[in-house]
Amino acid sequence: MKTAHPNTLDALHPGETGTILAMHAGAELYRRLAALGLRVGKHVRILRRGRFAGPLHIRVGTTDLMMRTSDASCIQVQRSHF
Amino acid sequence: MKRIALIGMPNTGKSTLFNRLTGAHARVGNWPGLTVELLSARIIVGGDMVQLVDLPGIYDLRAHSGDETVVTTFLAQNAVDLVIVVLNASQLDRQIMLLGQIARPGLRLILVLNMADEAAAMGISIDRETLSADLGVPTCLISAKYGQGVEQLQGLIASALRGEEPAAADKTGAAVGERGLEAAIRRSVMVPAHASHALTERIDRYLLHPWLGLPLFFALMFLLFQAVFVIGKPIQDGMSWALVAFRTAVLDPALTGLPAVASGLLLDGIYNGLGTVASFVPLIILFFLGMAIVEDTGYLSRAAFLMDALMSRFGMDGRSFVMILMGFGCNVPALMGTRVMRSRGLRLLTMLVIPFSLCSARLQVFLFFIAALFPTDIAGAVLFSLYVISIAAAMLTSLVFKRRFVNDDPFVLEVPPYRFPTARQMLLGSRHEVGHFLRRATRFIVAGVVLVWLLTNFPVGAVPGGADTWAGQIGSLLNPVLSPLGIDPKLTIALIFGFVAKEVVIGSLAVIYAQEGGALMTTIAGQLDWVQAYSFMLFTLIYTPCLSTIATLRNEAKSRTFTALAIAWPLALAWIVSFIFYQGARAFLN
Repeated sequence: MKTAHPNTLDALHPGETGTILAMHAGAELYRRLAALGLRVGKHVRILRRGRFAGPLHIRVGTTDLMMRTSDASCIQVQRSHF
Repeated sequence: MKRIALIGMPNTGKSTLFNRLTGAHARVGNWPGLTVELLSARIIVGGDMVQLVDLPGIYDLRAHSGDETVVTTFLAQNAVDLVIVVLNASQLDRQIMLLGQIARPGLRLILVLNMADEAAAMGISIDRETLSADLGVPTCLISAKYGQGVEQLQGLIASALRGEEPAAADKTGAAVGERGLEAAIRRSVMVPAHASHALTERIDRYLLHPWLGLPLFFALMFLLFQAVFVIGKPIQDGMSWALVAFRTAVLDPALTGLPAVASGLLLDGIYNGLGTVASFVPLIILFFLGMAIVEDTGYLSRAAFLMDALMSRFGMDGRSFVMILMGFGCNVPALMGTRVMRSRGLRLLTMLVIPFSLCSARLQVFLFFIAALFPTDIAGAVLFSLYVISIAAAMLTSLVFKRRFVNDDPFVLEVPPYRFPTARQMLLGSRHEVGHFLRRATRFIVAGVVLVWLLTNFPVGAVPGGADTWAGQIGSLLNPVLSPLGIDPKLTIALIFGFVAKEVVIGSLAVIYAQEGGALMTTIAGQLDWVQAYSFMLFTLIYTPCLSTIATLRNEAKSRTFTALAIAWPLALAWIVSFIFYQGARAFLN
């Protein structure tokens, strides 16, 4: 069974996956994110969160990334519950 | 001569491919319109000499960060006959966009899908022929690391330069729309549903562990430094023994006919100075080898992940920490590495703290003093304490200045899978660093030791190295400032020359004391106690960085005020730290 509701990427827990709905970033950051594989419609999985409010370790496609929660909060995702 | 440019995203093995194609003949050079130097080499392709240029790794040709500007300026101001676009074969879904940005009418392209071995291990299959036909670009699958497919690439380069393949841009132009590129990838590339690097995930479970990660990081770094010491020390002892033996057996008898001044300059000046420095080269090479391995495995990006939360409290980010680590080799490339930061505040703050990194030149000074004054079983711990202080000085500085240099850069970085460098990669990777160190060292040291010899032997009639020499006069002039730190006039001279380059410090001590290697160590151990030596090391660690670092700082920051701050602040901090340590230790021990 699958339920879903919109959220930002930084709200996801390790092991959870979300589908990118929108990225609220300026042109420069938007391009950088896109070049790293973060695009609308892509699935993002949270691998782990750094200690002491550290960065997120995420996987999109075959690319692993780290990003600060403050930057992840500009990415709107739909959480998938499997 | 025809020119080929190598372009690709970071972490695609572009430099490994460059080394693979050029062997060991690359050199750095200047290019029109660019303030940075690029690596290039001449290679033979199909019987003709062509020039291959390695451009910095970029994410998006339209972006405006330092490296992207370098690539666009290079392409605008230099004629290029062929561009080789290097992509990571296991990340084609996102990297293929770069090909579309580079393609333009009339520009010949070759697409290289590198790291084919990794893609295959992840179960990714790539239909090279279909992809090549869809994109209209000659394409090959290679593993630059292991050399597979490189011959095929050389064949493609030769035929592209002969003009046999059609200039593909028109056809690529039709497909370049992002959707066209994506469609081409979907048709030719099959990725299993859960493609991942199983070994990397297993290792990261420990190395990125919430509680174990940081302690493991510091333990591994400590082991690296300890290993350098344990392996390098016997080699160094052997070298300095051989240098002394050579002098007594060959040089001393050969130069007996010369006037005292000439043989003094040649033997006590140049030979002793250079010899003492040369005996440390094996240790420096080992250190660079260790750092090259750490860098190539991908562990540095884990360090950025682990340290980012802490660094953010100091107004920087995980990348700043990695730059500080890189600075342990040499501050100059680390300063240039800050170009990837787009926020000027973050960049300046990081550039202000990098010079506190205990670079290989300072390492050589410390290795000498530690060997002279501390027993071998605590030598590693003493050295490690200096690394800790090096980082602490950087952190304190950022705390003081973070409100003046505000960081507003996003923090998004790739975490590459762990890779285990081949012996070839390790040697090639550390070769540039070692070469750079040796060139700098010989240039500064010869000039430095000659000058020190003159200052410590003149005016005529003064006792060499005594208080009446020019050096002695300078030393006693500065004595009131430095004696509260336990630094005597002879060490003061060495510090003055250390301002030019830290490589000169030991060389000038050899000249000041007119001794080298083991004998010099014994003399210094007789004149200083460990408190003075440690205070001297603290001052050497923190005070004004060398001239090359200052020149680079000025070049990168393009600000006089900032450069002045980067000189004055470390000098003040060095004095305060050494003062507190020396006076504190004296009070405590009495």
